[in-house]
Amino acid sequence: MSRRLNRREALNVGVGAFAAGLASAAGPARALNDYAGEIKKFTGGKTPVEGRVKLELPELAENGNTVPLSVAVDGLAGEGAHVQEILVVAPANPNARVIRFRFSALSVPEASTRIRLAATQDVIAVAKLSDGTFFSASRQIKVTIGGCGG
Amino acid sequence: MAEAKPRIRLDKKEVRRGETVDVKTLVSHIMETGLRKDASGKPIPRMIINTFRCELNGKFVFGCDLESAVSANPYFEFKFKPTESGVLKFTWIDDEGVRTEATETITVT
Repeated sequence: MSRRLNRREALNVGVGAFAAGLASAAGPARALNDYAGEIKKFTGGKTPVEGRVKLELPELAENGNTVPLSVAVDGLAGEGAHVQEILVVAPANPNARVIRFRFSALSVPEASTRIRLAATQDVIAVAKLSDGTFFSASRQIKVTIGGCGG
Repeated sequence: MAEAKPRIRLDKKEVRRGETVDVKTLVSHIMETGLRKDASGKPIPRMIINTFRCELNGKFVFGCDLESAVSANPYFEFKFKPTESGVLKFTWIDDEGVRTEATETITVT
């Protein structure tokens, strides 16, 4: 990165530095939003069981404006339950919610998109199954230049 | 906001019952987060696509609720197993209620 930062990137670096400052002041994994509340709302208060959900993100994103994300749920064949929804939250974004996928009985429980991430963080995906159970996965991603706008 | 035609790719348009179809969609949209400010310091209002859905003959197949953390020009990839031939309808709706629609035909043998 030898070129000069444009305005938007410069602002984002500012936000990132701010977030990093907060994190170091309050210890690691300090969230900037109520991601836990969003998960609770989604599960109706239940605590999701870790596992089964596969969350794929690059380990490092130089540009937080467009980060490829894939989610999938394993091991459902023959169980009768299917995946109804998957919620993705980003604890260090200005808003916790990122996207909520909705599936049907025809669906293969997999989806991909591209998302914005403001800073280095652990992204979390929570899956809701038709039998009322919830599963989750989280994945750390390092973000060089955040992408949520100053 | 939705000037350009959405791009949709199905890996196959003719499938046998039980086979999986892979769908990729891309639509043009600024996805303004509502967090940025303009040159005079005024916040730029949020303007995003907030809903996407895909239906087969009017029946829900796949969809999502988008937030401002979805990148500009939203891209989705999903898979499903069609049980009948018919019309796949794709709909994107933004904060101003503008709908962008596209259709594809698939045949199940």
